[in-house]
This record gives sequence, C-alpha cells and structure tokens, in this order.
Amino acid sequence: MKTVCLLFEIHQPFRLKKYRFYDIGADHYYYDDYANEEILKRLAYQSYIPAAKMLLEMIESSEKKFKVALSISGVAMEQFEMYCPEFLDCVRELVATGCCELCCETYSHSLSSLVDPEDFKYQVELQKKIINDTFQYDSKTFVNTGFIYNDEIGAEIAAMGFKGVVTEGTRHVLGWKSPNYVYSTAAKQDVGLMFRNTKLSEDICLNFQYGLDAGQYMGWIADSPAEEKVYLIAMNFDVIGGMNPESSGIFNFFKALPYFAEQKDIRFATPAECWENIPPIAVANVGHPISWDGYDKDVSAWMGNDLQNEAIRAIYSISERLHMSNNEILRQDFAYLLSADHFKFMSTKMGAYVPFSPYDSSFDAFTNYMNIVSDMEIRLKQEFPEEVENEELNPLLKQINEQGKVIEKLQAQLEKAEKKLDEKKAAAKKPAAKKPAAKKPAAKKEEK
Amino acid sequence: MFGWEWPPHILGGLGPASFGIVRGVVNTGECDVTFVLPKPQGDEIKDFVHIIGASNTPVVWKDVDWDYVQKRQGHVMDPQEYYDLRNCIYADFSNLYTNDLGCIEFSGKYPKNLLEEINNYSIVAGVIARKELQHDGFDVIHAHDWLTYPAGIHAKQVTGKPLVIHVHATQFDRTRGMCDANDPTFKIELDGMNNADQIQCVSELTRQTVINHYHQDPAKCIAMHNAVEPMSQEVLDMEAKRGTDEKVITFLGRITAQKGCEYFVEAASRCLQKAPNARVVMAGNGDLMEQMIHLVAQKGLADRFHFTGFLRGKQVYEMFKVSDVYVMPSVSEPFGISPLEAMQCGVPSIISKQSGCGEILDYCFKCDYWDIDAMADAMYALITYPKLHKFMQEMGRNEVNQITWEKVGRRVVDAYKRLLGWS
Repeated sequence: MKTVCLLFEIHQPFRLKKYRFYDIGADHYYYDDYANEEILKRLAYQSYIPAAKMLLEMIESSEKKFKVALSISGVAMEQFEMYCPEFLDCVRELVATGCCELCCETYSHSLSSLVDPEDFKYQVELQKKIINDTFQYDSKTFVNTGFIYNDEIGAEIAAMGFKGVVTEGTRHVLGWKSPNYVYSTAAKQDVGLMFRNTKLSEDICLNFQYGLDAGQYMGWIADSPAEEKVYLIAMNFDVIGGMNPESSGIFNFFKALPYFAEQKDIRFATPAECWENIPPIAVANVGHPISWDGYDKDVSAWMGNDLQNEAIRAIYSISERLHMSNNEILRQDFAYLLSADHFKFMSTKMGAYVPFSPYDSSFDAFTNYMNIVSDMEIRLKQEFPEEVENEELNPLLKQINEQGKVIEKLQAQLEKAEKKLDEKKAAAKKPAAKKPAAKKPAAKKEEK
Repeated sequence: MFGWEWPPHILGGLGPASFGIVRGVVNTGECDVTFVLPKPQGDEIKDFVHIIGASNTPVVWKDVDWDYVQKRQGHVMDPQEYYDLRNCIYADFSNLYTNDLGCIEFSGKYPKNLLEEINNYSIVAGVIARKELQHDGFDVIHAHDWLTYPAGIHAKQVTGKPLVIHVHATQFDRTRGMCDANDPTFKIELDGMNNADQIQCVSELTRQTVINHYHQDPAKCIAMHNAVEPMSQEVLDMEAKRGTDEKVITFLGRITAQKGCEYFVEAASRCLQKAPNARVVMAGNGDLMEQMIHLVAQKGLADRFHFTGFLRGKQVYEMFKVSDVYVMPSVSEPFGISPLEAMQCGVPSIISKQSGCGEILDYCFKCDYWDIDAMADAMYALITYPKLHKFMQEMGRNEVNQITWEKVGRRVVDAYKRLLGWS
C-alpha cells in the first residue's frame, strides 16, 4: 500500500516599513503594519481559512482516513493572533481531529540553521513552546525554512529530539535513488529523513494552472514501481486559493483526492506516522545545503550575492550579544528581522527585482534592511557599553543576574552567624560575663 | 541624415548621440550614411561617413575655377562635389547674403539668430537633397533634433522619400511643460512631427511626451534608447586624485531648473547631517548656480559643498574618478547620458524616475525627483555600506557595458526597413 504525505507550509514575515537613514537612532519601530495586515487578511480569507475548512471537511467525510501536516512559522502565528485569530481556531479544530500533524520549524522562518547554531537552537525551542502553548501539541517532525537541509543541520535536529525531518528530493543529491522512501539522517539512524517528491509537488504548486486531474494524479502514484512506498508532497498553503484562485478548481482538485486514493488503494499519513511505521531504507548523506527553491534547489536565493551575505553577516554579528540581553522588545525585533524573506528580497538571481518583494529593487531592500540593523546596533550599545567584550560581558551579566541570589545566600549566612553569636553570648553570660571580647572577632571572620 | 553637431566639436549631448547612431547604423553593413553638418571644420571623424557641410554648399551660382575651390574649402569638400552641388541650385537666392563661392555662412553653434540659421539650413538642404538623389540615390531622410526638422521636411518635399525624425529632447521638457503653442521652437517641433513618417524618441518617456503633448499617432512613434561609447583606455587608466578619504557625492550638469538642482541640494544636505565624512560637489554652471550657493550657505554647509563651475573634456572624467556617488535628479530628462558614463567609471548612480535612461538601467537607484528623502537615503546607503557600493559598482559597470551603439544601430536599421516595407 502506498502512502501519501501532504505537508503545507504557512509563513508570512513582518514586512518592514520604509526606514530612512535619519530614522536611525530616532525611530525604533520597523514594521509596515498596513501592508502586513492587508496581506495577511487577504490571504487568510482567500486561501488559509477556506483551505483549512476544506481540509477539515475532507477529514470528516473520509472518516479520518485523510491526513495532513501543517507547519506554521512563529512570526506568522503572531500575525494571525493580531489580525486574524479565527484562522488559529480552524487549526485547533484540525488538530483536534487527530488527523493533522503540526510540524516544528524556526520561530522566525530564519536561516539560522546555516549561520548560527546557537540561535537555531533557541528559535526551535521557542517555536516548540509556542506550538505547545497555542495548540497543546508536541511536534515530532522538523521542517526547516525553504526545506533547507544538510548533514550538519540533520545532526542538530536529531540532538533536539525530533523523530524526523523533511527536505527536497533534489536530483543532484539523490542521483539514482528515489525520493519515495523514508531514509535516515546521517547523524542518527533512528531519526527519519523524507525527501519531497519534486515533480508531484510542483505539478500542483507551480503548474496547476495548466490543468491537472485528481484521478490522473493519483494514477501516477499508483502506477509507480510497487516498492516505492512514501510520497511526500509539500508546498506553501497559499497555493490553495492564493496562487491558484478558487475559480481554477484547486479546491475541487484536493477534495477529489481521498476518493481516488480510496479507489487506487493509496492511504494518507502524517510524517509522524511515517517515522513510526515505516523503517528507513538507507542512510542519506547530504553534503551541501539543499532547498526547495527554484531550479537550482540550493540556498542561492537567500545567500547568493554580496548584498545578502553582508546583510546576514551584519544581523548575525549582534546575535551573541543580543541573546545576553533581557530586553524583550529588542529580542522580539531581532527575531522578526531574521526572517529569510528579508534576504530573499535582496536576491539578484532573476534581475534586480524579486517577485512579491515590497521593494523596487534588491538594493533598495538592502538599504532599508541595513538602516534598521544600524538602529539595532545603536540600541544594543545602549543596552551594553561597546568597550566591554562579549567574553567579559558574559560573567559580568552572570554576576548581575545572580546578585540577588548571592545577597540572599550571604544574608542567610550572616543571620546564621548572628544567631550563633547570640547563642554564644547567652551561653557566656551564664558562667561569667568576662570573655566575650575575645570571641567576637572570630565570629566576624566567619561572616566574611 | 541631418545633424547639428559632430565630434570633436560638441556643445551638448546631441553630437555624441548622432555620432553613435551613425556609427551603429553603418556598422550593420546595410547602410551608407551622408551626414549634413552646418559647418564642418575639417577635423571631423569621417572614416565611416560622408560629411557635407551646409556652409560649403552653394545656393547662388558663381563661376569659380577648380583651384580656387580647392584652395578655399578643399580641406572639407572635394571640389567635384562642389560643382555637383552647384548644378542642383533650384531657385534664385541672390537676395541672401552669400560669400564668394555662393555659400551661406553658418556658425554651426547656437547663435542669437538661430532661427535664421535653421531656415538657411533648410534652404541648403534642398540643394543637397537634389544632388544626392541624382548622384547616389537614398532611401530615408533622418533628421536629428528640432534644428534640422525644417531641413528634413524640405528634403522630403523635394525627393518624396520618407522622413524619420529623431527626438533627442522636446521644448516641453526644456520648459518643464511651460511652453505654449506660439513658442517658435515648439512650432518647429510640431511641424516636424506632423510631417514625419516615423518618430524615433530617445526614451519611452519622450515618446509619451510626443504622443500626449504633440498629439502624434502612437503607431509612428518608437522608443530608440541611446547607448554610450566605451570608455577609452586613457580615461580608464586615469589616476584618481583624491586628497582625503572622505566620500564624495557629485552632481554634474547644467545647474538649471530642469536638472532638479534644488532637490539635489536638499537631499545632499540631509545626508551630510548624518554622514560627517562626506563632501558634495556640484559641477557645471547655469542660471540657478548663484541661488544654489545661497541655499547652501543658508544651511551652513558651505564648507562641505563645493562648486566647480563648468567642466570640459577630461575634467569630467577626473570628476567621476574621485566621486563615490553620482546623482542626476532631473525633473524631466529625455535620456541623460551622464549616469551611464559615471557607471562606466565605476560610480554608482542615483537617478530620478523622470529620466529616460532609467528605462534601460536596473542597477542604479531610482527615485522621484521630488522625493528628497529617498534620494538622501540612497546617498547615505552608498557611502555607508561598502558592500553595497562595491556591488552597485560591479553590477552597474557590467550592465552599462552591454548597452552599445551597435545594438542601437541595428534597431534603427530595422525601423527603417519596417518603414520602407522591406521587412
């Protein structure tokens, strides 16, 4: 029996407002609230909510045979909470059916996995916590930004206790191997690795407009070699209703899938069920980072030119220091700025303008972003003086943070000593009130 | 082709543009060009083009012998051609002032009596057109800028050949839209356009002006963007003479309302307030220069704002070489070649969206001419973020190197063919 894993990614960054150089040091609010609300609401009503309701209906009408997985970035979740909380209710309903898995990713939808392992860990933990708080759900599967993956990232994910991770089934990594199996990560044999079926996914997310028939689609899966068992089909959620409007028939296409699956003896499963039930066939090694982006399937859309690399260097250079800070607003801003989208807007792969970018050109995106990073640097300087190195700062902060405890401890000691002293005084008074002068200095030494 | 300027004697952008177009057209190998100039000096570059001087063309029959003609103007015209032209005199112009060879004198510049000179030029054009038709034959008449439109119309009427006019600028732009129908330049332009069979505009922006303000049929207007000559090795090898490591922001052009100089001063002064290690240079002169100097003084930035006056020849490139940012905030610029030259010299540019050259450039900052915030922001970014500067420098240079007169020439010839129904 063949298994289909459907996975949808939901992410919207906090788009940045026009931030001029004279705002540096003067204005600490960076976001284009109007655009963020407008885009999120538009997509929610056009795509996210109808699509989520459709999934719910599919689960119910198929008697819970239909399964699906969602991955919602932390920054998107915050925007939903602000502008469109009803979508989160839809997701809650989906999770309640038990047929919808929630995958974990980085809170900011960031590139930290490639640049800053410390921040990566922090962001994943944060996202885990948010999923837990919002949906009372414990994620087993990890989905990185843009399906970015290599062996090092795999090792980090394994160390964080995930059961499995997904990435892109790129030809240059798989070679003769088929993506339609569960593999295991190079770092840990019991952590699964699934490759997205590029063709079947892109048939829907890129080429649906050219016409696609649900029966034919399921037929392709049914007709593939019998030993190929798992088909990971993943895309952005806004493919349903956003990129392909309702009039394109995309909703009907998805609604028809369970019917044809039943006919062709194909079942649906969540990634978590795959890790559980399907033993890995082999270890997969991935040397260079791969992603699901474009034709190259590498990370060049985010880190492909000097501007992007400079912006990434600039923002991550303050990461260590920032994580020492207790200033919640500063940390929040930092997290929002890490969204990979900001770097994608600086791409020059397809010329100076990037599709869906709010900027006129990639260098406008860079200028705006760097002005904001400059402001972040100033704020961080106000937090901690520049002259103090990170190495020095760490113990100093530790001292400051722990001063309360230390004082308490010392106070307790003092009280104890005073008590002792009092007792001794009392004891000394009884026999004769002559010696106490000699004892006193000794007691004081103890206090120190 | 009818033109007014030709290198090395150039007074503005018209000369290099005409030169580039002719060279591109000849380079296709499908066209020969005869170029009519008001007054050639003899040292013009003419290895690929035949140049006829209007000031060497007789309009009154004079009986002069070969040696005398050779002596008088042998350096600019073959005496045989003089006699050929003399045979084509079509009317009695003895009421006009002519010299001993029967030729009208031209200044070849932009004198006070420019309108009279334009009129005389069109009289001479009648002689030249007849002679060319009799001797070599030609297929298209191409007139560069309004000064030569009357000559082009005249040649068309005489020979019946189609007229292509090349709009390098419009009076509407020059006056920021403040010209009326009685403006003589506007009238000449309008007349030229009405009589033209094809109108080649140096940008889409100019094309829209021609369509909307001169009411021309969009079908006969085409955008024919300019290109830029490759930098000579001599210029590329020039050492930058920098006295300080401060960043330099440069404006280069006529200091007039059309060039948006006041917006530049506003934007640059905002940038200077935040970036203490920068200087600003305004090169060129013009009617608003004094006002600009006052404006800078009022802002208390005179110590970091420098006015160089008019730069000529190599000085322009020397200026580019010491600049970090080039700004062209023109309120309305039909094309604007200078950002392309700056980018060739490796200077990232900021141009107004109202500039025609922006249509073919991706790797330069573009903002509205009135958006001084955006302009200042781009200046600040280019002098503050070294990686951005390097990126724009490299990408800009690559981009500009792709824009060649050869490609323009190809497109001009293709347009001729379409006009003639040959393709």
